[in-house]
Amino acid sequence: MNFSFTDEQEQLRQEARSFLARKPEPQWSELAELGWLGVSISEALGGAGLGFLEEAVLFEELGRALYAGPYFATVGLALPALGEEQLARVASGEERWSAEIDGLVPDLATVDWVVTEAGAARAEGETLSTMDETRQLGRLADGDRTPLAGSLDRSRTLAALACEAVGVAQQALDLAVEYVKDRQQFGRPIGVYQAVSHRLADTYVETELARSLAYWAAWCVAEGDEQARIAAAAAKAFASEAAVAACERAIQAHGGIGFTWEHVLHRYYKRAQWIEAFWGFPAALRAEVADWAMEGARDGVPVRVA
Amino acid sequence: MDLRDTPEEAAFRAEVRSWIQEHMPDELRGHRGGAARFEGEALRAWSRELSDAGYSGLTWPSEYGGRGAPYSFQAILFEEMARAEAPPHVGVIGLGMAGPTIMAHGTEEQKARYLPKILSAEEIWCQGFSEPNAGSDLAAVQTAVTLAPDGKRFVVDGQKVWSSFAHIADFCILVGRGDPEAPRYQNLTYVIVDMHASGVEVRPLRQITGEAEFNEIFFTDVEVPRENLLGEIGHGWQVAMTTLLHERGTLGFALTTTLEVGVRKLLALARERGADDPLTRDRIAREWIELQALKYTNYRSLTKLMQTGIPGPEGSGVKLHWSEQNQRLTKLALELHGPEAQLLDGETGGFWQFQQLRSRGNTIEAGTSEVLRNIIAERVLGLPRSR
Repeated sequence: MNFSFTDEQEQLRQEARSFLARKPEPQWSELAELGWLGVSISEALGGAGLGFLEEAVLFEELGRALYAGPYFATVGLALPALGEEQLARVASGEERWSAEIDGLVPDLATVDWVVTEAGAARAEGETLSTMDETRQLGRLADGDRTPLAGSLDRSRTLAALACEAVGVAQQALDLAVEYVKDRQQFGRPIGVYQAVSHRLADTYVETELARSLAYWAAWCVAEGDEQARIAAAAAKAFASEAAVAACERAIQAHGGIGFTWEHVLHRYYKRAQWIEAFWGFPAALRAEVADWAMEGARDGVPVRVA
Repeated sequence: MDLRDTPEEAAFRAEVRSWIQEHMPDELRGHRGGAARFEGEALRAWSRELSDAGYSGLTWPSEYGGRGAPYSFQAILFEEMARAEAPPHVGVIGLGMAGPTIMAHGTEEQKARYLPKILSAEEIWCQGFSEPNAGSDLAAVQTAVTLAPDGKRFVVDGQKVWSSFAHIADFCILVGRGDPEAPRYQNLTYVIVDMHASGVEVRPLRQITGEAEFNEIFFTDVEVPRENLLGEIGHGWQVAMTTLLHERGTLGFALTTTLEVGVRKLLALARERGADDPLTRDRIAREWIELQALKYTNYRSLTKLMQTGIPGPEGSGVKLHWSEQNQRLTKLALELHGPEAQLLDGETGGFWQFQQLRSRGNTIEAGTSEVLRNIIAERVLGLPRSR
């Protein structure tokens, strides 16, 4: 049993973090140059031939940086449905993809193609006014659909969102911690008051629990493990709620400034809620977990033996 | 990252699983814990069996009677015991606190004298830290540990409280004031006290459950030989921190194991009662999900411990979350009983009623939730100290 990322994966995390700190809004071509678009695409098709764990690292870091481009839509959502030629064009940065889920298409305006149940569609339609302006939803126009080689993988997408939620939660916590160390009232930094600090301690604990579930789900997806479906549902349910709560506590800790348009927190808060709402709210996912755990044949406590 | 067992781990898991199946008496399955642990010989006998099979002190070095196994084996043992609903070794204070402290700060004579009998459950230990006026604030203890003029013994005077197992214990790890004049944190002395010595009086405290699991201990001119000193005079704070580090460091897996048993029983109860309304199922799923979250957090912490020798900070919240979750879970279980929730002699023989009441202690014992939140805020998040 080894539940840690490899040195190479940790190095990728550091590279991603420092790159995004320098450049929070990179061009799509830069992501292609960095090799992020083809992380799990085979080398023969121009990718890096790595796996979902490396992508998981990037989803978390992109969530932390609140990246606004269609990386989640392309890599986290559409990728498993694509054929070889399409994958090669994704890796090179020529094509951006999304998918239609529950009648809605994330980032419709900034992608080229959309995966639908009936096949691939040109990304044409109406972009809808969306609470999270950094990841707008759209509705596809009617039109031709061409068959696709693969199909969507909900577990993989939910695991990606769980990782992204962990990044959001961590950033909200970090912002709150910095603020309450600095902000003085009654002659002391407000982080000294337990009514403030204990809530942030709760955020820390929930973020770590969310991280454990998200990495568990990511590993299951990477390995094609039979628990992937339930792990991903559990992880997305818990991590998205943790991210929303982390943002709410961070906003409260910031006081008035946290409630302004000017401060970045509201954008994290909206992203957290976007993640919470997409492809199953936590309650819907918990219903799936309950069905699974309550099945008589299961003891509900998986123990893995190689 | 690989969450599967290595071949060695898988072999160990298979060994443990079949050993438990062969050796655990049926009447101990799903043991409810609490004071019932002290009744009769069954749990002592079970503890001895665990020890004879080499399952107590798995991670202790072999020169102290342990197996020198990696921490992952400890985790596997806990998981398999949870799966079988097997009760833990009865010497929890000795195994989890006294033993590791003696290994870190004890003399070779102390190690040889005490460690083997901790493993074998021949000697039971208790902890003498908390006092009526020193709970969360351990440095405020007032029990005097005074070096006698001849320099050969200490004299212990004072009172300890909330001491689990004291009424059956053979030894107590005790922190007292060694030097009333010295500044805070430099005035404490840590000694091993023989609970059968003259001047030691134990009074059981009846708890919210109606049972007496813990006790008050009164020390009146109790003589303690100088060789029972752990660390140095005045360095008791540092020694106590080792004890508490181990309490919090190794506790996570044990606690998660008990929660795993709880979730299994909750699922069984829900199936039996045909709990099919969406709200109940939502709450059950939450318990299941958060159990996995605790479990995989332990795994992350364990991996870091095996790689670096130091557990990661992520484990610091496990006890905090576990305690609150266990309180929530036991209430849900009672609710599933419907109008019979108040009945102590129902189908489950008062099991859940006992667990629900007992769980109120979870957020108080081994560091109150308030203290744990302070520790996370100050030591993990780096927020300014509140005191």
